[in-house]
Amino acid sequence: MAAYKPVVVQACPKLGERITQDTLYWRGYKTPVQIKEFGAVNKIDFSPVPPYNYAVTASSRIHIYGRYSQEPIKTFSRFRDAAYCATYRDDGRLLAAGSEDGSICLFDVSGKAPLRQFEGHSKPVHLVGFLSDKYRIFSGGDDYSSNLWDIASATEIISYSEHTDYVRCGCASKVNADVFITGSYDHTVKLFDARTKSSVMTIEHGHPVESVLLFPSGGLLVSAGGRYVKVWDVLKGGQLLVSLKNHHKTVTCLCLNSSGQRLLSGSLDRHVKIYSTTSYKVVHSFNYATSILSLALSPEDETIVVGMTNGVLNVKHRKPEEKSENSQKKRQPAYRTYVKGKTYMPKQEDFCVSKPVKRVLRKYDKLLRSFQSSKALDAVLEPPIMLHTPEVTVAVMQELHRRGTLRSALAGRDEKQVDLLLTFVARRVIEPRFTPVLVTVADMITDIYQPVVGQSAIVDKQFLKLQQAIGKEIDYQEELLEVLGMMDTLFATFTKKKDTCLEENKSNGVTEIIETNRNY
Amino acid sequence: RRVFPRCRYLLYASGDFVKVHSVNTEETLRLLCGHADLVTGIQLNPQNHMQLYSSSLDGTIKLWDFMDGILIKTFTVGCKLLALHTLASAEDSVFVVIPKKGERDTFQLVSVKLTKGAGQNLESNELSVVLDDVGASMKHIAFGREGSYVVSVKDVNLQVYFFKRKLLNRFSLSTVKTKGGDNRFSCVVCHPTEDCIATGHADGKIRLWRNFHHRKAYTYSALHWHHDIVMDLAYSIEGTRLLSGGVESVLVQWHNESSCQKDFLPRLGSPIEYISMSSDGVLCCTLHTDNRLSIINSNLRFSRSIQGLIKSRDVKTGLVVDPRTKALVLNGEPGHLQFYSLQSDQQLFSLDIVQRQYIHQAGLKQSDLVKVAFSARGTWLATVEESEELTDPELQLKLWFYHEETQSFTLNTRINTPHDNHITDMCFRDMDELGDDSIILVTAGRDCVFKVWVMVEDSDPEAHQNVSWSCDFVGSYHSYQATNCCFSEDGSLLAVSFEETVTVWDSLTWDLKCTFCHPPGNIRNICFGRLTCSKYLIGATDYGFLCCWNLLTCALEWSAHLNVVVLQPDPLSEHIAAVSWLSKESSLFVFKPSEPRPVYIQRNICKEKILLAAFVPRDEPEMISSEKYLWLRKSQLFFLTDTQELMTLSTKSLEERLTPSSKQLAVEESLPVTPFSLLLGKHRRQQAQEDIDFGKPVVPNKQEQASPAVKELLHTPAHVLPSASFLCTIFINSLLISKENKSTEEVADEVEMESEKAEDDSDEEDVTAMEQEDTSHMELLGEMTCKLSKSQEKELRKIRKMDYSWISAF
Repeated sequence: MAAYKPVVVQACPKLGERITQDTLYWRGYKTPVQIKEFGAVNKIDFSPVPPYNYAVTASSRIHIYGRYSQEPIKTFSRFRDAAYCATYRDDGRLLAAGSEDGSICLFDVSGKAPLRQFEGHSKPVHLVGFLSDKYRIFSGGDDYSSNLWDIASATEIISYSEHTDYVRCGCASKVNADVFITGSYDHTVKLFDARTKSSVMTIEHGHPVESVLLFPSGGLLVSAGGRYVKVWDVLKGGQLLVSLKNHHKTVTCLCLNSSGQRLLSGSLDRHVKIYSTTSYKVVHSFNYATSILSLALSPEDETIVVGMTNGVLNVKHRKPEEKSENSQKKRQPAYRTYVKGKTYMPKQEDFCVSKPVKRVLRKYDKLLRSFQSSKALDAVLEPPIMLHTPEVTVAVMQELHRRGTLRSALAGRDEKQVDLLLTFVARRVIEPRFTPVLVTVADMITDIYQPVVGQSAIVDKQFLKLQQAIGKEIDYQEELLEVLGMMDTLFATFTKKKDTCLEENKSNGVTEIIETNRNY
Repeated sequence: RRVFPRCRYLLYASGDFVKVHSVNTEETLRLLCGHADLVTGIQLNPQNHMQLYSSSLDGTIKLWDFMDGILIKTFTVGCKLLALHTLASAEDSVFVVIPKKGERDTFQLVSVKLTKGAGQNLESNELSVVLDDVGASMKHIAFGREGSYVVSVKDVNLQVYFFKRKLLNRFSLSTVKTKGGDNRFSCVVCHPTEDCIATGHADGKIRLWRNFHHRKAYTYSALHWHHDIVMDLAYSIEGTRLLSGGVESVLVQWHNESSCQKDFLPRLGSPIEYISMSSDGVLCCTLHTDNRLSIINSNLRFSRSIQGLIKSRDVKTGLVVDPRTKALVLNGEPGHLQFYSLQSDQQLFSLDIVQRQYIHQAGLKQSDLVKVAFSARGTWLATVEESEELTDPELQLKLWFYHEETQSFTLNTRINTPHDNHITDMCFRDMDELGDDSIILVTAGRDCVFKVWVMVEDSDPEAHQNVSWSCDFVGSYHSYQATNCCFSEDGSLLAVSFEETVTVWDSLTWDLKCTFCHPPGNIRNICFGRLTCSKYLIGATDYGFLCCWNLLTCALEWSAHLNVVVLQPDPLSEHIAAVSWLSKESSLFVFKPSEPRPVYIQRNICKEKILLAAFVPRDEPEMISSEKYLWLRKSQLFFLTDTQELMTLSTKSLEERLTPSSKQLAVEESLPVTPFSLLLGKHRRQQAQEDIDFGKPVVPNKQEQASPAVKELLHTPAHVLPSASFLCTIFINSLLISKENKSTEEVADEVEMESEKAEDDSDEEDVTAMEQEDTSHMELLGEMTCKLSKSQEKELRKIRKMDYSWISAF
């Protein structure tokens, strides 16, 4: 004897974005805070030490913001012209920045006036950074050169002029205090060792390099330029590992999250894409109002700060973890009540009575089991089911139709219920997965309640709504058919070529024109 | 049609046999065979409960000792017996229903005096008519309390005959009174202790008649729960409970004859046909229309079921062989797929495909399984189900994955409306050597396209399952309906037939390679040759042509004029079996695609149209000495015939043809019809009457034969036994010699085989005579095919040229 089989609710795979762990994680940010800066934000850098302040370079100012403050807690504005690339040292106490006039300034985070000034570049300096030994600074300028400076003496240690175009980005290795890389508009990324007189490695990116990044391990290098983000294996001598083309405009900035598992890229196409560093697939993406120039992620991924071309700074904070302490407060029976007798092994003389497994049925299933079709339909027309899981409602309607009792279940309802039913039908009938069932339902409702049309204003309104919805859908479908027709003509021209080559192929036998339709 | 003596044995009539089943072990203990036609009724001997009367259409009543399976007596009555009743008060007579002489479709209840004599075969012609104009079914007659009266129902009439008073009371229901309902009687039972008759009606009512001694003052009350015909009724032994069943497949138990107190046992699987109670009232048994017995406890708890091959209304799926278990797979219960083991003659398991509650109600559009396909190694199963609506079928394609741990198929992917119209054919690409990744499923539909489905791996590692199926390619050809599809053996080519044309596609790039056609007539079947003949493509057309195309030269190799219904390639050899249907007889041709001359011809294998055929691989190649049957070495061929149209016309003649067992064996030998195929054929014909099982009765006896010593030891009273130390060695020896036992069994089997063969030899003469005819036919046919093929080829070439020039001009 078979047990009652519950109604099968057709689960439709959700189209579009699939919910993964990543989407859940990256969605866990509050609504962004917008801060207006004076000019395009070209660099954002987080202090590596708590409380994780961040320095924002825009126009001729460097603002330092606190974690939750929307006003800058400190401003460095001693620049005659635009400032570039304000970067923290590893201990978070020094800040270096380049400027339009070619000088590099070194600030104490607590002070105001620059501690040191490095003069040597003849053109604007867009790249400044600390080497990981904390005592040296590297820089890159529009005079095609990249220099290395000693902080203590404020003198130039070495100058490399190997690039043939502006040097716009760079990065220091965290594992080796002598190694840093620079990316230039001459389409190359060069790796320098402070101990040698020339570059150790040159990587051809193929587009003007806008941003480079080294993985914490130092083994992998990421370069962004043009629409491409490329990952290179440094240890293998600069072999291309993967080339990502997920943006449709120039990628301007790169960033790793705190765990190093995800790579973020911001682009002029207003998107930030997040890649998994294991599979190099896009796992999530944000979009913003305008083109993105700079991007930074605070330690522990608490804050995402994005700087735009129009001078807006977009700050997103992570939502605090929801605490479920309330539910835990409820006193629950002791653990041993649950395990009582569970471990008892029956002896040989014991007579075992197995407890039948109780099957839990939904309310509508219980009613369907006892053939109460009208009540079963009532059960699925309750607002929570109807609003949140319309597929259940439709599945029950389909089951009733299959049993041939849908008409009697729909009949004999009062104004309120008919109103409810019609609202549901009018709203859902255009969804392709529900259409076949709901069209029959709508047919039956109109059949059954035709004699009483005009007696209730509410029901009449619902009928009109249904008519509108269906009319609109028909218009859409017609338009779509037109588009399909156009596409078919395109396909036909496409397949014509194929036919000719096929006719060349044929040796003998009957060959006729084929229509092939590629579908995916 | 069952009787329970005590509660240990279940007896039921099954085709020409009566089977004795043990209730506890669900095993068939005995097979009582001896009747030459359908067994129509079985009743226990009221004087001796270890004996059984059985009646059959062959006009005999047999008395059996069913415990030992011995035929005690045979009484020849001389006309067809349609039902049998026994009565405790009538010692030397039984009651049977026979057709009335001279009139068709009228029957009478007669009592037969069983003559007492010494011999085994006795004539008993003393018939005395008890009631005239009764229903033919066993359910239409019931005997009342202590046999004092007999009740018979027919249409709207109820007759009660009192034996003592020799009084006949007739009651009839008015046909006018019912409102659209049909209140004809469907069954009748009598209360075991009171004067009360319960009748079931076609409109679902149960009426309880009382006080029917008086012609006028009778009363009746009605119980109504069933919405459709009440198929059978049964009273409990005390008469306090009444059981009823119908098409709802719900067993209803009425207490104290009141309609307010009732219990249900729902969802028994299929409509209930018969209900019977055991003599001690502990168990109840229901027989269902799909060839199944359910045993139910007295507290309405389902206990167990005895299951044969489930007979479904229509075998839409065809005969498919499961590559894993070598079981035959076909439609089972509604919405289920049954796996039927041919070796053990039992159902292995039933897979629920539709997964919906089946509602037994007339006029509902049920969705049912229509296509089944297995992948080469049986890891994937594809099923197609559709609702019965003609215009807008609700289609679902489901893909099932075989789980090694759970040993069952689990649903992997469900595709709603894979095609816009009915799916006509479906096949997997069989590529053994490339592993699972290369598996491709192709479905051909009446919506003029064929679709290719491939497995896609889910990128998300957290997903529940890591593969699913999706559509990869949609192909069409001139908006003709796709009718058949088939992969070549190495999987590189796909042949899809579109009405008149066969198209051949490259399975890597999905480019159309070439087309073949043989106008006029649509392509009915296609298949690729195998092994050495893999360069040939075979097709059969509506207009009765069998064509073989060479794929290398893209030309017609040969063709023959043959109205092929079924075309079935053997998966293990290059042979292809074609079954033709011409002028009301089916013929079998087995050929190799490389030669136009058939390897084997069997004309007129049966009168029915053969609908389906399947090659089932043998476990080990059988040694066949005769050259004619060499093609059967590696696999066996099974047929499924359809006699629904010919049912009334041919059933009996065929029955008679088959009756002598030796003849039956002759059929078995001369053509590869196995017991199973006969069984299937019979199933179709006999429609809902009997469980048929041709299982050989040898098997269950083994154990008993094997250990006579143990048996003896156990059955001897303890006080007469010698000392235990003496017995010990004997006992252990008896346990140790299992090997020897086996060998003796085998010897026994062999002996039996030999005897069978001997019988066969005697029939061989007939067969050879037939075969000579056949060979002459064959020669004729061979010539014909040669000639035809040449002329045909010429014609074809002409047509081809014509066609081609026209197209190029265009």
